[in-house]
Amino acid sequence: MVPLPLALPFAELEVGQHLYWQLGNLKIHGQVFLSSWVVIGALLALVVVGTRKLERDPRGVQNLLEFLWDYIRDMAREQIGEKAYRDWLPFIGTLFLFIFVSNWGGALVPWKLIHLPSGELGAPTADINTTVALALLVSLAYFYAGLSRKGFRYFEYYVEPTPIMVPFKIVEDFTKPLSLSFRLFGNILADELVVAVLAFLVPLVVPLPAMFLGLFTSAIQALIFATLAAYYIGEAVHESHH
Amino acid sequence: MTSWLLLGATEGGLFDLDATLPLMAVQVVLLTFILNALFFRPVGRVVEEREGYITTSRAEAKQKLAQVERLEADLAAQLKEARLATQKLIQDAEQDCDRLYRDALAAATADANASREQARREIDAERESAFKQLQGDAEKLGDLIVDRLLAAK
Repeated sequence: MVPLPLALPFAELEVGQHLYWQLGNLKIHGQVFLSSWVVIGALLALVVVGTRKLERDPRGVQNLLEFLWDYIRDMAREQIGEKAYRDWLPFIGTLFLFIFVSNWGGALVPWKLIHLPSGELGAPTADINTTVALALLVSLAYFYAGLSRKGFRYFEYYVEPTPIMVPFKIVEDFTKPLSLSFRLFGNILADELVVAVLAFLVPLVVPLPAMFLGLFTSAIQALIFATLAAYYIGEAVHESHH
Repeated sequence: MTSWLLLGATEGGLFDLDATLPLMAVQVVLLTFILNALFFRPVGRVVEEREGYITTSRAEAKQKLAQVERLEADLAAQLKEARLATQKLIQDAEQDCDRLYRDALAAATADANASREQARREIDAERESAFKQLQGDAEKLGDLIVDRLLAAK
C-alpha cells in the first residue's frame, strides 16, 4: 500500500486506530471515553444550569430544557402509548440527548486540535462499541418492559397473529439491535470519513456542504435511534385486543 | 485502504469490540439515572404543574365568563324593564300633563266666558238703566220745553 502524503495536520485520516487503556486485563478505547465524558459533561452542565431555578414562568435555559422535555415526551408518548410512556421517558430521552450531543459534538468540536498518542477523538457514536452498547440496552429495555408489564404473556407477542411468525419474531430480536447499532455507527462514521476525505483532498470550503449534511444526518440519526427504541418498547408493552 | 479497516485484526480496527462496550453501557445507564433525577423528573414536574395550573385557570375563567354572561343577561333584562317602566312613566306623565292642561284650559275658558257674560249683562243692565234715565230726562226736558213754549205763548 502506498502511504498517503499526510501533510495537513487537520486532514489526517486515521480509521480503526484506538487509544488503548489497560484496565486490569481488559482493554478499552480511551478516545471514546474521553469524548463521551465531554459529551456527558456538556449535557450535565446544560441540565444543571437550566434546572437551578425552576419557575412557572420559564426564563433562559429552562425554556430550552422544557422544549427538549416536551419534544422527548411527545416522541415517547406517541411510540409507547399513554399508559407506559412515563416509565421509559428518561431512557428514551437519555438515548436521544446522548446520541444527539455525541453526533453534533463529533461534528462541531475541533477534536483534531487535541493530539492523542494513538487514534483520534471524535463522536463517541462513531465507535462500534458505543452503538452496540446502546442497541443492547434497547434490547434489554424492551424485554424488561414487556416482561415486567405482561409477565410471561409477553411471549404471546411471538405467536401473533399466527404461530408461523415465531421464527421471524425470534430473528427480529437479533436484527433489531444489529440494525440499530450499525445504522448509527455507519452513518456517523461515514459522515466523519466523508468530511475527512474531502478535507484531505480540498482543505477549504469544499467540505462545508458535507459538514452541514453531516449535522443534518446526525440529528436525524439521533431521532431515528430514539424513536425506534421507543417503538420497540411500545411494541413490547402493547396490549393486543383479542 | 482496506487494510485500515483491519477486519478481524488482533489490535485495532473498525469492528474492535472490547470492554469499551459494557463500560459504555454502564455509563449510559448511570447517565439515564442522573438525567432522570436532574432533568426529566424536575422539568416534568414543572411542566405538568403548569399544565394543571393552566387547565384549572382556564376552567375558572370559563366559569367566570359564564357568570359574567349570566349577570350581563340579567342586567340587560333589568335595563329593558327599567326602560319600559320609564317609558310608561313618561307616557303617564305626558297624559297627566295633557289632561291637566286641558282641564285648566277648560276651566279658564269657562271662567273667562262666565266673566265676559257677566260683564255683558252688567253692561246691558247699565245701558238699559242709562237709556231709561236718558229717556226719562229727555221726556222731562221735552215736557219742560213744551211747557215753556206753551207758557211763552
